[in-house]
This record gives sequence, C-alpha cells and structure tokens, in this order.
Amino acid sequence: MAYRHVIGQTTYRFGDLRELMAKATPPRSGDELAGLAATTAEEAVAARFALADLPLATFLTEALVPYEDDEVTRLIIDGHDRAAFAPVASLTVGAFRDWLLSDAATSDVLARLAPGVTPEMAAAVSKIMRLQDLISVARKCQVTTRFRNTIGLPGTMAVRLQPNHPADDPRGIAASILDGLSYGCGDATIGINPVSDNLSVLGDLLQLLDEVIQRFAIPTQACVLTHVTSTIALIGRGAPVDLVFQSVAGTEAANRSFGVDLAILREAHQAGLSLQRGTLGRNVMYFETGQGSALSAEAHHAVDQQTLEARAYAVCRAFDPLLVNTVVGFIGPEYLYNGKQIIRAGLEDHFCGKLMGVPLGCDVCYTNHAEADQDDMDALLTLLAAAGVTYVMGVPGADDVMLNYQSTSFHDQLYIRDLLGLKRAPEFEAWLQDQGITGGDGRLLPQAAAARLLSSFAALEAR
Amino acid sequence: MSEIESWKRLAALTPARIALGRAGSGLPTSETLRFALAHARARDAVHAALDTDMLGREIGRLGLQVLRVQSRAPTRDSYLLRPDLGRRLQPADREAIAAAATNPVDLSITIADGLSASAIQAHALPVLRSLLDHVRSAGWRLGPIVLATQGRVALADEIGELQRARLALILLGERPGLSTPDSLGLYLTYAPRPGRQDGERNCISNVHDAGLPAVEAAARAAWLIREAFARSLTGVALKDESSARSAGAIRSGSGCGDGEQPPG
Repeated sequence: MAYRHVIGQTTYRFGDLRELMAKATPPRSGDELAGLAATTAEEAVAARFALADLPLATFLTEALVPYEDDEVTRLIIDGHDRAAFAPVASLTVGAFRDWLLSDAATSDVLARLAPGVTPEMAAAVSKIMRLQDLISVARKCQVTTRFRNTIGLPGTMAVRLQPNHPADDPRGIAASILDGLSYGCGDATIGINPVSDNLSVLGDLLQLLDEVIQRFAIPTQACVLTHVTSTIALIGRGAPVDLVFQSVAGTEAANRSFGVDLAILREAHQAGLSLQRGTLGRNVMYFETGQGSALSAEAHHAVDQQTLEARAYAVCRAFDPLLVNTVVGFIGPEYLYNGKQIIRAGLEDHFCGKLMGVPLGCDVCYTNHAEADQDDMDALLTLLAAAGVTYVMGVPGADDVMLNYQSTSFHDQLYIRDLLGLKRAPEFEAWLQDQGITGGDGRLLPQAAAARLLSSFAALEAR
Repeated sequence: MSEIESWKRLAALTPARIALGRAGSGLPTSETLRFALAHARARDAVHAALDTDMLGREIGRLGLQVLRVQSRAPTRDSYLLRPDLGRRLQPADREAIAAAATNPVDLSITIADGLSASAIQAHALPVLRSLLDHVRSAGWRLGPIVLATQGRVALADEIGELQRARLALILLGERPGLSTPDSLGLYLTYAPRPGRQDGERNCISNVHDAGLPAVEAAARAAWLIREAFARSLTGVALKDESSARSAGAIRSGSGCGDGEQPPG
C-alpha cells in the first residue's frame, strides 16, 4: 500500500512501508549506499509526517521483510504479545511518541509494554524523535539481568573489560585484565575477542578467565567471543563457559552470512544453560549487533539499516540475554560516515533495544577511516550514560590492538562515573571495596591499593 | 620489586596501552598527546595520495611494464562512501589494459592505495621484488603491473579478467590501525572476474615493519599461488593454516580488512 503527504504544492508519495521508513530515517551513508535514502531534506520530513500518522498496529499486518521468506519476521509476528501491546494499540506512531514522553509512561508501564513492542514500531517512533527524546525515554526503561551479579539497576552502568591481544597471549591478556580491574572495570563481563578460532586456544583462554575469576572470587562472568558453534563444541569438551556469544543481525539471510540461524542459537542457549554456572541468574547469552551488517551481507531486503538493527534485538530478546551491545562505529564510513551519524545511531540503537526490553549496552567506537575522533566518542559516551546505557566497553587506552579500532577506555568510564555518579553492579562494587581498589563512595583509592592484586597476579603469571 | 617496576614488567607483556597512570579520572597529558599523534598518523595514512609517478619509475627499473589507472571513485570521499566505485575501472583504463594484454598470462599483479597509501609507499616494492624471484623461478607469465588509485580489493577481478590471467594478486594498503598506519595486505583470486565473492579469495595481511616481513609475505603468496594452480581454486577451501581467523562476527580482526568489508 502507498503512503503520501502533501507539503504546499508537492505531493510526496511512498510506494510501500519500507520506502516510507527508509525515507523518514535521518541521514546516514549506509542508506544512501543502498539507494534507499530520501533525495531531499524536505522529502525526508514529508516521510516523517506520513509516518507519524501511521497507526502502530499497521506493523502487525504489513511486514517489511516477508513473513514467508524470513524466520526473524516469523519470530517477531508469532511472538508478539497482544495483551502487552493493548495500552498503545490504538495510537499512531506520532501519538506513541507523545505518550512515551508523557508522565503516563512510567518505568513500570514501559516494562510491561516491552513484549508488545515490535522492532519496526520502535524503529518507526525513533525516526521522528530527536536525541533528547531518545535519551529521556530510554532512561525510563529499566532492564535488569543476572548471572553472577546484577546488571542494569537504576543509577548503575557496567563495563565489559576487553583485554584483547593480537596473538591471544595469555600473559598479555592477564596484564590488561589486571590493569582494567585496578580501574574498577569488568562487571558486565571480562570478554576476549580472540584472534584464533582454534578450539584448544579458545579453551585455554576460557581456563585463564575462569582461573582469574575463581582465584580472586570476582562476582562477574567470563566470555570468549567466538562463533556459537565453537562455543557449543567447547561446552562439549567440558570447557568453563559462562556466557555464550554470537553476532546477530535482523534478517534470516544476514544471520546465515554469520553462519547462524534461530535453531543453532536455541541449541547454544540450551548448552549454556545446562552448565548452571550463574549464581544469581540464568541470563547466559551475550550478543553483538551493528547497523549496516545486513546490507554488507546483501541481505537487507531494501529495508533501512536502522530498522534492521532493531530487528536484530528481536532475535536477542528471544534468548533472555545478559548483555547485548551495538558496535556502533565499527562498520565504517560507508554505513555511518562521521561522528554525527555515529552518535545518532548509538542513541537510536540504545533507545530501540531498551524499549523492547533488551539490556542494551554500546561499544562507543570508531575506525580511522571514519570522520570521527575522541571528541565524538566523549559526546556519545556522555549522552548514552545520561540515557542509562546498560554497559560500555573498557579497552586499555581506548586502543584495541587486536581489532584495530578505538573504543572507550578504563579512564573514560571513570570520567562518566564521576560526572554522573554512576555505580557498578552492586556485587562487583562490594568486591572492589573488599579489595581496597575503591573506597566507600565507589571512587578509586590511590593506586597503591592495587598492590595486593598485583602480587597475586605475579603468582598467576608464574604458573 | 616496586609497584612501578611491576607495572612496567606487565606493560612489556602486551602492546595494549596499560599502566598509563591518570590525572584525576582522565589520561595524563603525555598519554593524551601520544594517542592524538597515533590517530593523526592513521588519518594521514587514509588521506595521503599515492605517488604513482615515483612508484611507477621504481617498478620500471625492475624491468617490468607499468600501467596506471584510477577506479571510478573520483575522490577520497567518494572512495570511502561508495565501495562499489572503488571496485570498477574507468572505461578508458579498461581499454588500455585490454590493449596491453596481448597474450594470456598466469599472474596479474595490481598495486593499489586501498586505505593506506603509506603502506604501499613503504612496503609494495620490497614485496614485489621478493615476489619476482618466485615468479621467475616458477616460470609464471606476468602481465603489466597495474598501479591503481582509489582502488579496492575487487578492482583486481576486472584487471585480472582483462589481462586474461589465471590468478589475480593485489597488493593493497590495509585499514590503518592506531599502532600500524602502514600495513599492507595481499589478496589472491583464482580465475578473476567481476562478481567474485570474498570467500573465493585468500589473503595475507599485516605486512609492516613490526609485522610480517616482505620476504615472508612473498613466500606465502608463492605457496598459495602454486596451490591455487594445482587445485584450480582460491578461497576458504584453500586455507593458509597460519592465517585462520574466526568468521561470522560483527567485529572480526584486522586480518583481511581493507575497510571495504564490514565486520562479518
């Protein structure tokens, strides 16, 4: 069905819902590359007017990616919670925005609504929201998850300690872990991106992480971010797997390009649960996503990249994840050109995920061929923290020497904690105080206090 | 051992930026500036223009014919925004390459700026020289060396097809990292033609002063070329066991990245 909007003498016509959504999207290079973007600024606003008048329920009857062709669409439609959707069922996209901003949409109300929000609804309303809207609504959405600690409580922000090494060297990785712990990082997870896909190397890394966590009794969880099929094999070999990782996208075909489908994710989820290693909860999955991945896999079905990104969160949501993060600036300038586009995308992704009830964190990051720098990362980190982001990355000196990109650093998370008074996961916060790393106010004590950890690590390293 | 010495020893275990100290919750001034310098070098590498005149003369001295071309991306910005343009030749360049291709060859070699002209400036000649030793001893027939600007990996598919080559090899500047702004990669594609997928290529990456030496890169390439000719293919079925890297990730490593391929 076609949609139209008249501005003055001009009638703007949009052939179908996909075109309407794509043209309503604030500018980004990936949609231009795909040939989906609005051709003039006025056309984009006309699309937003038309989108604002669209009944939300349209997304339940008109699929952007055909139901018959795509298991992600089937997951979204078949799993939709009509009872949860009921309070907003009669609203248009525009009225939905107004309602989300109103005092009626409290944290409790939004939590009950989440299973009724499809990714397309979240994406649609985000397209007519400014950054301040994305921030203030996301801040009201609370998503709490547990494995060995509690992630996502109001007033907290967790950090994934990311101790990558270009040769997977265990001692080099241990050195980065120690540095990160001494800055109070690691409550979301201590998670390594391995260079290798060799199972014995991956198994050794899991053993290392397990030994660190056990020896120091750290209330956190480990992850080696490798393909789910490798993790399933490692579980079969008896490796100590806490979190099961996978990159996912918003269409069946894009997921296939990652070598996964919903069936293998179900198998991986069950394998992770079977180990029963979580002490506080059973959220065992860790997912990463990012705008543009479907287009790069030529699996985008002429749908804009931001809507497809929100659909990836529907995949995540089906597996009760502990952690989900968009890797917002990693993909490169042909998808998100500059700091402005990366900042907008990061806040859209966070908003859509949270509105859908997903524990969304963000890898605030950029590559050297994007028009972005540390100032842009400072801006996005500050805005996301104000929006209540679940977690961010902690990379030594913001420089990932394995993946060759820049993320947020141990120092960056300290800055934002100091600025906004954000606490860590409470169990981890208590552990840091016990270790003498932080004081009662959660701030770092002078660095000498890390000496105890340091000497224990020397013993670990000498093993 | 003092704590400072302990941290120094730990820092020696990894190239990661650990044990930096802090000023309040921020980085000390010296570290902030050291980071800014690394980023500036990486940015300059992305935007530097490849000096094809000088490189062309040097290659000519090796006794090789040189053709200079530019992809359909007219500027650096269009190159960054439109990967498709960087993969295709301009019509005039197509004709020039075809006109010079008098006989079928075994090997088509392209040298392209990719995302780091500095990488090509620093490492292309040493790699090419070593490679020529292997080419001569194997008796492989070589087309004219094509020097391309604003080029991506798949540009070699079209060049290789026009040169009627059994295999296309491209030397190309990789996406600059903060610590390695001048890393060169080599990509090999058997039976090159436009439309080849990344899974049909092999790559050798991280050729730079602190990484893989040029001589070793050339030796690995020669091994892959021999295997490709023997088995009539390149790609995942011809895996260089030493360059295994996990596939299917939003964030894959720098292994085969020229920035053209997004994570995945």
